[in-house]
Amino acid sequence: MFRNTYDSDNTVFSPQGRLHQVEYALEAVKQGSAAVGLKSKTHAVLLALKRSTGELASYQQKMFRIDDHAGIAIAGLTSDARVLSNFMRQQAMSSKMLFNRAIPVNRLVSAIADKAQVNTQEYGRRPYGVGFLVIGYDESGSHLYEFSPSGNSYEYFAMSIGARSQSAKTYLEKHYEEFADASLEDLIRHGLHALRETLQQDKELNVNNTSIGLIGPRSEHEKKGVQPEGAFRILENEAIEPFLKTMVAKEDPPAPAPAASSSGPAASGSGDVQMSG
Amino acid sequence: MSIAAQTDSCPRQPIVTGTSVLALKYKDGVMMAADNLASYGSLARFKDIQRLHPVGKYTVIGAGGDMSDFQYIQKFLEQLIIEEFTSQDGHDLGPAQIHEYLSQVMYSRRSKINPLWNSLLVGGFKDGKSFLSYVDLLGTTYSATTLATGFGAYLAQPILRKEVEGRENELTEEEAIRIMESCMKVLYYRDARSLDKYQLAVITADGVKISESRHLSTTWSFAEGIRGYGAQTQ
Repeated sequence: MFRNTYDSDNTVFSPQGRLHQVEYALEAVKQGSAAVGLKSKTHAVLLALKRSTGELASYQQKMFRIDDHAGIAIAGLTSDARVLSNFMRQQAMSSKMLFNRAIPVNRLVSAIADKAQVNTQEYGRRPYGVGFLVIGYDESGSHLYEFSPSGNSYEYFAMSIGARSQSAKTYLEKHYEEFADASLEDLIRHGLHALRETLQQDKELNVNNTSIGLIGPRSEHEKKGVQPEGAFRILENEAIEPFLKTMVAKEDPPAPAPAASSSGPAASGSGDVQMSG
Repeated sequence: MSIAAQTDSCPRQPIVTGTSVLALKYKDGVMMAADNLASYGSLARFKDIQRLHPVGKYTVIGAGGDMSDFQYIQKFLEQLIIEEFTSQDGHDLGPAQIHEYLSQVMYSRRSKINPLWNSLLVGGFKDGKSFLSYVDLLGTTYSATTLATGFGAYLAQPILRKEVEGRENELTEEEAIRIMESCMKVLYYRDARSLDKYQLAVITADGVKISESRHLSTTWSFAEGIRGYGAQTQ
């Protein structure tokens, strides 16, 4: 059952100086389906792969709106994500009510990172089993952050989390220099291409299994919404059809995959483990 | 049981008070004026009180009403600015945010039937935009290009409107000073709780500047002709 000694209690370090419970929590993030985030000077975009438990079931929600200027994509335990996203919404509302100011995105992320850190140190608690990509737009421009159960948060030009996210990361690392000045359509296309890398063999992105969340001025492919122009919105189903059509087919003979990289344990084998509950 | 007893407070009244605050928008930003008097009832008790207070890099608040409540407001706003600075992320509170926060505090205190007994003007300049708004002990807020609290609302506001409205983008600092001076003079002549010593605050793209105390020159020779004012000869 256990992989290690010193892992039954999150407050105890292993002799190697590691907290095994925290590392298991990071593993829970890797079990979740992938999410990709990237940003330009004007936009920030999230893309996520939704999973369903079967033909008869609906797809699990992967994105949450926090406020008009911020939203998240999740990988890991959805129930933990709901707790944290509720907290983020409260923080956002409190900032709006007290100061008439949209909460700066970095403070939103720091707030949940601080909460997560407490769970890695206090007795009788467990770390959150979920990781976030957070996009937002505030006075200092567009932002993309990664949040993880260890209590760390970093800002990125582009990032991916979840199952086989290393493949998406490799794509993003190859192309990120184009992102800053990219149009929204190009940004989403890059995002879809990155997300495609996380798919299992013979699977593909379609209107049912893909979510797109974005912040910034409207795309020509979008319908006029009711919310303020540029506010965070989630596109799903037929709304993402035009974006899927912009994808470029992969170069046909797929180079005999040399199991891309070493660092992604979740990138190997059958991978796509279903979470219970 | 009275409401006051239920809320663990008693109805209060202001003790040491300041009078009017004036403010206007002009070409480069916002100007505010208030005299240096803090009265104890009708007694001119303190003549060196500053009623204009900078908050952060972009904002000035001016207060009429209870001066101890104003000092308390200064104290918690200073705390707020320090907390904001401590996060060290480049985000800071501008005049609009400070005004919103103040209005929430003022309204919550009035709802506890324990108001902070002030009328406040919040003026500022941030990101190329000037801001001017009012909030009082009830949590009431409004905004205009010229504002005045206390007696100034009756005596100075009409003058300010006539001089400023429609010319906010043309008025120079010199003209604005002249307008403020004439209004302060009217107030000194007609408001018995005012003083001929006052300060000006200007908030522009260059930040906040609060002047040294300035003196108003007035003439009172006409007073001799007023029956019931000076020593009566018959």
